Parts: sequence; structure tokens; C-alpha cells
Amino acid sequence: MLESLTLFILLGPLAGAILAGFGKTMLGDKGAMMLTTGIMMVAALFAWIVFFSLPEGVEKLTLFRWVDSGSLTVDWGIRLDRLTSVMLVVVCSVSALVHLYSMGYMEEDPAKPRFFAYLSFFSFAMLALVTGDTLLQLFFGWEGVGVASYLLIGFWWKKPSANAAAMKAFVVNRVGDFGFLLGIFTLFFVTDSIDLDTIFAAAPELARTSVHFLWTEWNAAELACFLLFVGAMGKSAQLLLHTWLPDAMEGPTPVSALIHAATMVTAGVFLVCRMSPVMEFAPATQTFIVVVGGMTAFFAATVGLVQNDIKRVIAYSTCSQLGYMFVAAGVGYYQAAMFHLFTHAFFKALLFLGAGSVIHAMHHEQDMRKYGGLRHKIPVTFLCMTLGTLAITGVGIPFSYDLIHLPIGFAGFVSKDAIIEGAYASHNAASGFAFTMLVIAAAFTSFYSWRLVFMTFFGETRDKKHYDHAHESPGVMMWPLYLLSAGAVLAGMVFYYPFIGGESAEEWFNVALFMGEANHVMHDSHAVPAWVKLSPFVAMLGGLLVAWIMYIKSPSLPRELAERHYGLYKFLLNKWYFDELYHWIFVRPAMWIGRTLWKKGDGAVVDGTINGLAMGVVPFFTRLAGRAQSGYVFHYAFVMLIGISILITWLSVGGGAH
Amino acid sequence: MLSQDISVILPELMLAIFAMVALMAGAYGQGDKWSGPITWLTALFLAILGAVDGLTGGTHTAFNGTFIDDPFARFAKVIILFGAAIILLLSDGYMRKHKIMRFEYPVLIALATLGMMVMVSAGDLMVLYMGLELQSLALYVIASIRRDSLRSTEAGLKYFVLGALSSGLLLYGASLVYGYTGATKFESIAAVAEHETSIGLLFGLVFLCAGLAFKISAVPFHMWTPDVYEGAPTPVTAFFATAPKAAAAALFARVLYDGFGGAAHDWGQILAFLAIASMFLGSVAAIGQSNIKRLMAYSSIAHMGFALVGLAAGTPDGATSLLIYVAIYVTMNVGVFAFILTMERDGKPVTQISDLAGLSGTRPAAAIAMLVLFFSLAGIPPLVGFWAKYYSFSAAVEAGMIPLAAAGAVASVIGAFYYLRIVKIMFFDEVGQGLTGPMPLAHGVTLAVSALVIGLGGMPLINLFGVPEAAAVAAASLIH
Repeated sequence: MLESLTLFILLGPLAGAILAGFGKTMLGDKGAMMLTTGIMMVAALFAWIVFFSLPEGVEKLTLFRWVDSGSLTVDWGIRLDRLTSVMLVVVCSVSALVHLYSMGYMEEDPAKPRFFAYLSFFSFAMLALVTGDTLLQLFFGWEGVGVASYLLIGFWWKKPSANAAAMKAFVVNRVGDFGFLLGIFTLFFVTDSIDLDTIFAAAPELARTSVHFLWTEWNAAELACFLLFVGAMGKSAQLLLHTWLPDAMEGPTPVSALIHAATMVTAGVFLVCRMSPVMEFAPATQTFIVVVGGMTAFFAATVGLVQNDIKRVIAYSTCSQLGYMFVAAGVGYYQAAMFHLFTHAFFKALLFLGAGSVIHAMHHEQDMRKYGGLRHKIPVTFLCMTLGTLAITGVGIPFSYDLIHLPIGFAGFVSKDAIIEGAYASHNAASGFAFTMLVIAAAFTSFYSWRLVFMTFFGETRDKKHYDHAHESPGVMMWPLYLLSAGAVLAGMVFYYPFIGGESAEEWFNVALFMGEANHVMHDSHAVPAWVKLSPFVAMLGGLLVAWIMYIKSPSLPRELAERHYGLYKFLLNKWYFDELYHWIFVRPAMWIGRTLWKKGDGAVVDGTINGLAMGVVPFFTRLAGRAQSGYVFHYAFVMLIGISILITWLSVGGGAH
Repeated sequence: MLSQDISVILPELMLAIFAMVALMAGAYGQGDKWSGPITWLTALFLAILGAVDGLTGGTHTAFNGTFIDDPFARFAKVIILFGAAIILLLSDGYMRKHKIMRFEYPVLIALATLGMMVMVSAGDLMVLYMGLELQSLALYVIASIRRDSLRSTEAGLKYFVLGALSSGLLLYGASLVYGYTGATKFESIAAVAEHETSIGLLFGLVFLCAGLAFKISAVPFHMWTPDVYEGAPTPVTAFFATAPKAAAAALFARVLYDGFGGAAHDWGQILAFLAIASMFLGSVAAIGQSNIKRLMAYSSIAHMGFALVGLAAGTPDGATSLLIYVAIYVTMNVGVFAFILTMERDGKPVTQISDLAGLSGTRPAAAIAMLVLFFSLAGIPPLVGFWAKYYSFSAAVEAGMIPLAAAGAVASVIGAFYYLRIVKIMFFDEVGQGLTGPMPLAHGVTLAVSALVIGLGGMPLINLFGVPEAAAVAAASLIH
């Protein structure tokens, strides 16, 4: 029963994608949209059924033998455990809502079937990723979502900036994918298998094995986990490999909501959690993950402070929130990481779709400096966006858990505070650093989120023409907002106990997540000092207050501040100059190498040689041969005699005789 | 004993008698009026002999081992006999149309074929020479069969004079070999050559090779080829390009493997030289040609070079590859000449490459067949011509002659140019004056069958129609 439901969840979107993509003349625009959306809705329903009725342990379903080569045998199968079921719910629900939303948002687009085919294909690839029972199938889904992301970012292919962004996303992801592949190779090299269970069973052994790689000996578990995490960094846009995510906002807004906020970018977090049985044996890598996560959370939040494009603000916010999740995963608090992934999917998709609704209302204007006062024009969107902001900034009642054994607050309050508490409680070497970074980031998060709301919905309008025509979006676009709003408000409280409320680590996730014997972070996080529990709340209030002062009370303040600290402002506005840095370090040398090989190598050397031979040397001999063919018999006889003389001389001098 | 010997040479004997009867019939009967029936009868007879040869088995020797009838000889004979029969059939219409048909033509072809059969079965230097001269004399005559044409007679005379020179070289080599080994039988020569290769014997080997190289027109003994190919009537050119090449190549292998098997290292060098020179000169010189018959002459020079690459290896695989190469080469050439024979404008034969311009528009089917054949001649996979080169080169590589194979690969790249140029002219050039002649049924069928065989032979399930296996069996009988 569960297996067949899961099978439909996996294959339904693929069928939808194929039908919508190739059968568009048969289905028509409307048919393609209805079909793919319908399939995704059924899949989402099934995903919730699976989520609630999944028994403990792991269910496995083998579909067919995929690869059989030497000692490498790979089956295409479905691995169904708590981790998978959480991801199924997230992916299918958000995907279904985004499908529905797109029916309104893409109303005027001429290539609707293509768009919906891509969306469904993405859903299939993402589902293949989360149901994978081997690293190869995981990698298949990993690459599949990469392709889908590329196609969707560049969906408006007539825009050069969209094409550039699509390529950038693909190339930066390749860097991470290379690490992921090397990680798979390492695991296969050491354990002779890429089957998850075999690798998990061999994890303690891995920690005692060393492998030779790049001139040195490495601990096998550390190396494999590090390389896998490099893959995760690429996909989840962590610091150093984050540059593609803000540019990916060139894609249609529903795509940003589905792929670049709720699902694909969380694949890295999922991977680290999935590999928890191995991660637990790689403490150095865990510390690295915590450091990277903490730095990303802080870095992205600082950049988010000053951006003016509404989607870019949310993109940096996503980047920052992913940093939170990695900190949780890195300190071994996988439950909190998955919990935040789960709640984040709701409120971040809500924010993106809400932003989409604003953009839709403002005729595709994305610059917040041209918004203002929109709460009068689009009150429902305003309400939804506010709920999303309350969720992401973490509004709730502190210490409510201690009073009634249930935290009262919006989704982000429950999950984000759990991560901050976990970061404080863990014994990881970088836990102090991460805790500090996350609290500061929480203040920044609150500031830029409220800044977004204030600039968009409050004050006076700064673009009268668009403002006058602004209108609420149609129903198909509003219903997803309502549902996601419900999730943003309730998801934290309702699912607190299953995810992180239990006393023992094995309780709900049981075998899907593994925590080492020394890992008590889940238990310890409930017993942190009161000031720790209060700190994110205070940070949130501080951010809110500053935002209110700067954008409601005295709106001239931001300009003065930016002028007074011009250097810092520029530094943040230009995203810490990462793009410029990469341009100098990687892009220019690569272009130079490419250009040199093209002009000098291919043009001068290869073409030059070939052309020289073909147009100079060979014709010369051709003419020579033509001249030799004089027509005189005595010339011919002479050539024969010369030939025989050469042969005889060669054989007698060359030592043929003995 | 004699009756046993007779039974071994029965096919040759019957062909000799047939040729003489036909000659008498022509001379004392209705003369050229009977040329038609004689041609058809000869073709039929050759085909029957070919079929009989193809179906018999075993190894038989006659006349004290001087005549050998083994799978190797029969493999070559099947190619020779069928090649000759098809060319005869294709010649008939052309010769009649252009009023150069003589009843001697089929008779001379039959005698030349007889000579070739003796050549490939030779087990003795004297038998070899006998077969070779019988073939050559017949060829000299048919090269100049168009007595009123200056070019034809010039071709015949050139061929005759240079052929005489090459026969002299061959005979000189034979006498040296006899002088240093005391034997003319291959078996006995091999027994001596195996122990020591004196410088005299080596000289003899070089001269023998020179004589044989002349027959397969390997560089630098090739100079006659372009002139004779161009000057002789086209059916004669077609004949020259097919059966005699196969016979001479097989004879080459027979002499070297049977007679000098122990000195493979020495003649391997000679052949490598001949092969490289032929491949490169054939390919380079062909580029400059504007006449398709001349082009085919250089093409055959180059192809013989490719075939010799395998033979130079001196291994069983080398002999196998030579036989495969020759079989495929003859198939391709029969197809190409079947088309060239139909090239005419206003009733006059034309042979310029530029006459092919725009063929794809006027005769699409023929153009596609020619495209297949030319691609195959250029050695483009998966066509059969590629596999011919593949076997040849891989034999050389396995014998450690990697530079030779590499040179072959380079030469085939150069050679690809002029084949592709013809294809380009056929498919992309504007139609000039065009070709006006009809496509007779026999030519159409031959062209189509040849193109189909070449096009499909390389497919996985067909495996070159079992030719490699048969060639391997044939080559095995050569190596003692």
C-alpha cells in the first residue's frame, strides 16, 4: 500500500512532465497545466498519507537492476523512512502549491506547457533524490534537479541575464558535484559499495581506515564526509559556492519559491542528515560544517540588509537560513535541521509566492524602492507576507515550553530557536562561534524581513503609475498563500513533538537518523540557560525596532547612514565582492585559457598545421608526382631501376643479410 | 600418377581447351559476329569454374609439388574468376556500342584468367613464370585492342616494354635464387632460406619482389599504371583494376610465405617500403587528377599499398588481411567501374571527373551507390572498406610494425580527400553538361549489389559475409 503510493508519488510527476512536454499539441495549454497540477496534488495527498501512516523502521522497494558491472551493482529502488517521508511532504506539498500558483502567475506566458513540464520534471528528480537507496540514485536526482534548475532559471531564454544566471548556477553546481562524486568514489573505494545500508554498517570501520588522496593520508570517514559536504555546499549555496543563488532569481518567481527556497537548495541539508551514520564518525568535518553554516548565516544576512530587489532579499534570506540548518546538522542535531527545513519550506515558499503576488500586482517591478503603501491595494497579500515575516523572524512567546510543555509561536520561532539552543548546547569545537553568528544573524534577519515589509506595504508609494493599477492576484494564486500561511503559523507548534520534542534521539526518526553515543545535543538543548533561550527573541525585537525606526519613523535615516558609512554600504551592496573576486580568480583565467587554446592552439597550431599540410605540402607533392609522370617509357624504366637499387642498398647496408 | 595430376589441374585444363576452341570458332566461324555469344559463354564458363572452385575442398598437389591446389589458391581463384566474369558481362555492351568488339577479346580474357589461375597455384618458380607470362601477354594485347586508337596502342606498347623489363627483373631474381639454393621449387627454396639468407639469395628476393611489385603496380614500379589505365578502353581498365591485381597480390603472398617463409624479416622490410611509398604516392598523386580512370589508377596504387601493409607483417594474420583486402577491393572496383562504363554523353564515352557534377540530381540512385562506394574506398566506417584497412593495419600492429600502420592511417586521411572530392562534385556541384547515356540493366544491378554489399557488409550480424573466416582458412594453408 505505502509502496504503491510512493511509487505514484515518484513516477506521477515524471509522467506529467513527459505528457506536458511532448504532448502539448494534444493536450493544449490548459490540458498540460491541469494534468501536471492534478498529478502533483494527488501526489501531495499521498505524501501526507505516507507521512502519517509510515511505520517505524525502513521500508524498501526495489524496482529494477540499474547497473551491474564487476563488483558494482546498483538497483533502482525506493528507500522509505522518516527522513524520506518528511522530504516527500515538503517536496510534494510545495510543488503542488507552486503548480497551482503558476497557473495564475504564468497566465500571459506563451510557453506554459514547457514551464509545467519543467516543474514536474524537477519534482520527479527531487523525489528520486530523496527516495534514493544508493548514492548513485541520489546523485541521479542531484543532477536531475540541477538540470531542471538550469532549465527553469533560463526559462525566459530571450533575456541574456537569465541565460547567464542559468549557466552560472550550473557551473557553480558542477564544482560542488565534483566533490560529491569524489565522495561517492571514496566510499566505493573503501567499502566496495554505494548502497546506503552497506556504507552505514561500515561507518565505524571507515573511521579507523585511512586512504591516500592528494599526496597525503586521510581518515576515510573524514574525507568522504568532507567531499560529500562540498557537494552539499554547491547545491545548498553555502559560503564560497553561494554566488549562483541570488542570480537564480532571474527565473520566474514560482520557480524561486519551489527550487531556490523550499526544496532543491535544501538537498544539501538532506544529504548531510541522510549520511548521519557516517557524519557522526567524522568530527573534524562536522566542525567544518558548523563553521561554514555559521559564516553563511551571518554573511548572507548582512548582504540581505541592503539589497533593494525584493526577490534578492528573500534569496539571501534563504542562503542565511540554510546556514542555520547546516549548523544544526553539523552539531549533530539532525532533527532540528530537518525540522527547520520543514518549517522553512512553508514560510519561505510563502514569502516568495507573496513576493510574486506583489510583483504580479506591480507589473513585474521588483525594486522595493518603487513600492510603498501597498497594504491598501493588496491587503490579503500584505497579511500573508506579514505572517511569513512573523514566522521567519521567529515571533513567539519565550519560555512557553517551560510553562505548558509546548512552545507557542510561529513556525520559525520553534525551529530556529531550537537550532540556536542546539548550537549552544553542543560540544562541537565551533559551537560558541556558531551560536554567536546565529544570534547576530537572527537580528539581521528580523531587520531585513521587516524592512521588506515596511518598504513594500507601508509609507507612501514611490511609483504612482504602477501603484494605481495594482490589484490583488486571482484565486489560484491566493489559495496557495492561504495554505502556506497556515503552515507558517502552525507547522512549528504542531510538529514540535514528532521532530524534536522527544526525550531520546531514536524516538520518531528512529533508524533514519543516527546519533553517536557521545551525542546528547538533543537532550542538552532542552536544558540550556534561560538567557540562551531568550537571546534570539531579543535579537528579533532589536531588528524589528531598528527597522521600524529606519523605515517608518524617520525614513531619511537609511540614506544618511549609507552616506556616512559609504564603504561598508558598498561592501554589503556588492555582496562582499565575491562575484568580482571570482571573476578575477576563476572566470578571467578560464576565459584566457579558453581564448588562448582557441586562437593560438586551435586556430594557429591545429588549423595552421592542417591547412599548411592540406594546402601547401600535399599539393606540392601532387605537382611533383604529376611532373614525374612524364609519359616517357625510359623515365618509367629509370624509376623502376632506381627503386630496385634503393631496395638492394637498403637490404645490404641495413644488415638484412647474415 | 599422371591421371591424378591431370585431375588436380582439370579446371585450368578445361579453361585452356575452352579458350582454344573459342579461338578456333572465332577464327574459322563467323568471326566478330560471334563475339557476343563467345563473350557470354566465356563469362558463364568462368563463373562455373569459380563456383566449382568455391565448392571444392582439401589440398592437392600435382607434378611433383610444382602445382598446388589449396584453399589459398581457390580463395584467390574465386575472386579472379568471378571478377573476370562480371567484367566480361559489363564489357559486352560498351565494346559493341563503341564498335571495338572483337571475338579475341573474350578469348584473351579467358587466357589471362588461365594465367592468373596458374600463378596463384604455382609451387615452383618456373610454373610461376609460365602463369605470369601467359597472363601478361594476354593483357598486353587487350590493352591495345583498339588498334585504331593512338592512346590504346601507346598504352599497350608501354605496358609491353615495361612488362618485359619487369619480367627480366623477375627472371634475373629467379636465376639468382636458383643459383644460391639449387632449387626452383618453393618448398626446397624455403628449406634453404630458413637456415641462412646469403646476400645473393637476398638479391634474388629483391629482384623477384620487383617483378611482382610491377604486376600489382606498387611504387616505384607503378609508373605504367596511370598511362595504361587512361589509354586502354574502359572495360580493359576495369579488368586491369580487378582480377589481375588480385592474382598478383595472391602470388606475392604465395612466393613470400611458401618460398621465403624463414626470411620474413627481410622481405617484411621490402614490403614495408613498397607499402609506404605506394600508399603515399597513390594518395597524393590522385589528388591532382581530373580523369576518373587515371584517378582510379592512383587509387589502385594506394590500395595495393594498404594491402601490402598486412602482408609486410609476415604473419598468418597478415596473409588473411591481404586476402580480405583484395576481396573487398575487387568488389568495390567492380561497382565503381560498372558506373564508369556507363558514363557517356551524346553516345561518346566521357571520363572527366567534372562530368559527374550534379549526378545526385540527375541519377540519385546511382549517386547514392557511388557515394557508398567512394566512402568505402576512403575507408570510412562502418562501410566495408574500413574493415579492409582495419584488418590490414591490425595485422601490422600485432607484428610490432606500429609506425607502418600509423603511416597507413595518415595516408588514408590524405586519400580520403580525393574520394570525398568526387562525392562533393556529385552532390554539391552545379550540373554541367551532364551525362546522357542510359544505365543498362547489368550495370545497374552490379552497381546496386556492390553498393549494398559494401554498405551492409560491416553490419554486426553480417560480419563481412564470412569472408574473414574463409580468408583465415585460406591463409592457414599457406603457412607451413
